[in-house]
Amino acid sequence: MATEAARTEGNVAEGEREERASVSEHLTLEDRTGLLRAMLAMRGIEERAMMLYRQGKVPGSFYDGYGQEAVSAGPAWAMHGHDRLCILHRDLAAHLIRGVAPARILAQYMGRDGGITRGRDGNVHFGDRTVGCVGMVSMLPDMMLVAAGLAMAFKMRGEQRAALTWFGDGSTSRGDFHEAMNWASVQKLPVIFILENNQYAYSTPIDTQFAVDPVERAAAYGFPGVSVDGNDVEATFEATRQARERAVGGEGPSLIEAVTMRMHGHAAHDDMKYVPAEQIEEWKRKDPIDRQVRRLEPLGVDVDALRAEVKAEIDAATEEALAMPMPDGETATERLFADEPALLEDGETRWSGF
Amino acid sequence: MPTMTYLQAISAAMREEMRADERVFVMGEDVGVFGGAFKVTDGFIEEFGAERVMDTPLAESGIVGTAIGAAVEGLRPIAEMQFSDFISCGFDQLVNVAGKMYYRQGLSVNITVRLPSGGGFSGGPFHSQNPEAWFMHAPGLKVVAPSTAEDAKGLLIKAIRDPNPVVYMEHKHLYRRVKGDVPEDRYETDFSARVAREGSDLVVIAYGAMVHTALEATADLDGASVEVLDLRSLVPLDVESILASVRKCSKVVIVDEANQMCAAGAQVAAVIAEHAWEDLDGPVVRVATPDVPIPFSPTLEQAVLPQVDDVREAVRELLDY
Repeated sequence: MATEAARTEGNVAEGEREERASVSEHLTLEDRTGLLRAMLAMRGIEERAMMLYRQGKVPGSFYDGYGQEAVSAGPAWAMHGHDRLCILHRDLAAHLIRGVAPARILAQYMGRDGGITRGRDGNVHFGDRTVGCVGMVSMLPDMMLVAAGLAMAFKMRGEQRAALTWFGDGSTSRGDFHEAMNWASVQKLPVIFILENNQYAYSTPIDTQFAVDPVERAAAYGFPGVSVDGNDVEATFEATRQARERAVGGEGPSLIEAVTMRMHGHAAHDDMKYVPAEQIEEWKRKDPIDRQVRRLEPLGVDVDALRAEVKAEIDAATEEALAMPMPDGETATERLFADEPALLEDGETRWSGF
Repeated sequence: MPTMTYLQAISAAMREEMRADERVFVMGEDVGVFGGAFKVTDGFIEEFGAERVMDTPLAESGIVGTAIGAAVEGLRPIAEMQFSDFISCGFDQLVNVAGKMYYRQGLSVNITVRLPSGGGFSGGPFHSQNPEAWFMHAPGLKVVAPSTAEDAKGLLIKAIRDPNPVVYMEHKHLYRRVKGDVPEDRYETDFSARVAREGSDLVVIAYGAMVHTALEATADLDGASVEVLDLRSLVPLDVESILASVRKCSKVVIVDEANQMCAAGAQVAAVIAEHAWEDLDGPVVRVATPDVPIPFSPTLEQAVLPQVDDVREAVRELLDY
């Protein structure tokens, strides 16, 4: 049920469209600037984290979402603070939009006690429950079912709320994708599934992953699937806004395919030599931040000031995170079980349309 | 105090919690209109409606995964696996998502997963298993296994209210075979062991259906005084009660209906070896199912599942040691 219009509009290969004033008529200039800021912050934090990784301060490996910032920023912006998100590892902007402090994120990468998981999990394997986010696990796309369950709770209680989760092209091969797509449709759940198609699952390209574009499968499950330009933050916002409207209106789930490109290796240790250089070159020209800058600068937005502001914030956050202690080894066996319920709470509402 | 079967006690626990707490609901395959494969939720849909007695798609990962989502949003789902064997299809969600959630990010997952388990009625390799040890080995999950009607109710109420994921092993062979007095109020039974029968010469440690096997096997053993300790909870494991019984009796037989390798009883044996070595007057003896799938044919099934005679023989031998 992907409409032709949506599919054409979403087809990045058909040309650059950033000359347009706005993809969504539901965004104010402040919203559009906020989206840019979130993407700048995501890139800045991840670049800083990579630096810390090279300095040996980030244990394990490091996974980033360079070039994919629009995939998380747009959808997160379209969600209300009382909605819920299950966020994937290349979607840092979503955490920032919900209100997680950059210092805690950097501390998380470094395994510090002040990180969101207090050193118990690494990388972007976190969700701050106090802002309505559930952290991912490495088994993908497990969170599709958890998101469906969140939506089930909203539906059972008759609430006008929605759940959203991201997952990659590789995860569409696993059974949980099918179980979640089917379950959500059978129960008409207010859930939004965002397929982050970044062309590669580790080293496996999409043509080895699936024979039919997963967005086409939505129709088979009985709900709409649309493909959007995943490097256009306003397009990902708008698709999500529409899907959310559908969800809270009781019309059921939606699948949004955000077509993008993983610009770095699977993680810091991966030199990505399996990706043709021309493919990277092609996608560099579609950088989501550059695109949003080109839109907003002519409108008088002081992008340099915005960059400086974000950099200052990250500098301060880095200092703060580096000052945080490592967790005490004595605590490693603590807090396995909860004595009291500790549930999800609301995050920030950012879109002016709410 | 009314007399109930083990199955009725499980139903009563859920029904009473659902009446008192609108956050509680049941979900699973065929639990609604049909009332569950074993009729544990018979009549529930009429009382509570289809949303709180949710017939789900045939998707065990989906059942556990969506239960987790509903739980972190404040509901208290009771997810039924039609047979405990089918939890293998929901293993990942239970072990990786539910079990690790609170440790990783401080988000509690208040789910109860009911696993109708155990053999003894020609269920064959896929309808007879006792998979509790899989979950004992997965940090973050509690595992309980009642043997009586009274405990079936109290442990389930406690599980439903526990903010953590609880795997509730209900033995199918006890459903209608075991009856007992069950208090009418909504009471919680502690996740701890219980002395099923006091004794002083030897203790048989068991849980679930094997408690009854142990009681029958040792009811009349030429005047020997045999204690039977019903573990009731496997995680947390009541080490204190285990050691107290062993220290009192000095001889111990551990019975598992599960396959022997790394079963709950293996952990119990390890605990005893480590902490009560000097209190023992004989080797720690185990009776368990050999490490084969549970066969279908009655003669084969009886040959592998611990029978009353197997336990009696093991106890006699150890008493003579």
